Amino acid sequence: MHTTIRLFTYAAPSRFYALAGRLTPWLYALALLGAALGLYIGFFVAPTDATQGESYRIIFIHVPAAWMSMLLYLAMAGWAVMGWAFNARLASMVARALAPTGALFTVMALWTGALWGKPTWGTWWVWDARLTSELILLFLYLGYIALVESIDDTRRADHAGALLALVGAVNVPVIYFSVRWWNTLHQGASISMTAAPTMASTMLAALLVMTMAFWAYAFAVVFGRTRAIILEREADAEWVQALARDTSKETA
Amino acid sequence: MNWNSFDDFMAMGGYGLYVWGSYALVLLLMLLEPVLVERRHRRALDQTRDNPGER
Repeated sequence: MHTTIRLFTYAAPSRFYALAGRLTPWLYALALLGAALGLYIGFFVAPTDATQGESYRIIFIHVPAAWMSMLLYLAMAGWAVMGWAFNARLASMVARALAPTGALFTVMALWTGALWGKPTWGTWWVWDARLTSELILLFLYLGYIALVESIDDTRRADHAGALLALVGAVNVPVIYFSVRWWNTLHQGASISMTAAPTMASTMLAALLVMTMAFWAYAFAVVFGRTRAIILEREADAEWVQALARDTSKETA
Repeated sequence: MNWNSFDDFMAMGGYGLYVWGSYALVLLLMLLEPVLVERRHRRALDQTRDNPGER
């Protein structure tokens, strides 16, 4: 019984608002430190790639962005469905907060991929399985955002969004396994759970540190956006009214 | 050390445009998004203050 109460303590938007507000500066600091360290290793310690020369250094942002684009989609779909199934307000708000960040990571993955593809494949873009399914991911994010923004009733918007997010989730394993299922220009997975890494350990270290930095960044902005959404939706709540009064005194 | 000079570093072995073009967009978006989030947060507070008791 006690643990049940603990578990849902931060499901109260007011509690989450306070907790996320305390964590956000630390997350930004972690992202900044991680990026500094990861880029130092990536540019000054990791050696030049034998086949791709210096162009491979795009990997340190391309792969983390692509991973985050898939991961945030699954998180978004998961929280959206939680909010739908259990009528959990905060879960629906987190789902909405994840969408723009996920869409931005998808844009980063596509953009850095195009700039990496040109020197290595000789083309910015090909309609192969990996690239096309990642583009579909962007459309799913944009479709989700457009759908929830177009429905005025917040709860109905959340439910419609959850359905779209859930159906679209089948695309994520398609992206991930596309390089194995089809012949594509895109190289296979650089990191595998089952095989030893095929890249130099310093390259791998830079990649993993950058991934950690991207995680911290994603948590920070998603927490920040969730806080804004909480205020927008709970504007009638006494604690939000009090908060607004207090901050006006600070700035006056 | 991989680079002999700053110019060497910027040239990225001839791939400077591709490497820095990639990093530039990622940096831009990662600087812009927190600003937009902070602005949305502030706007939500301002709106609550302007309409006490209702939305």
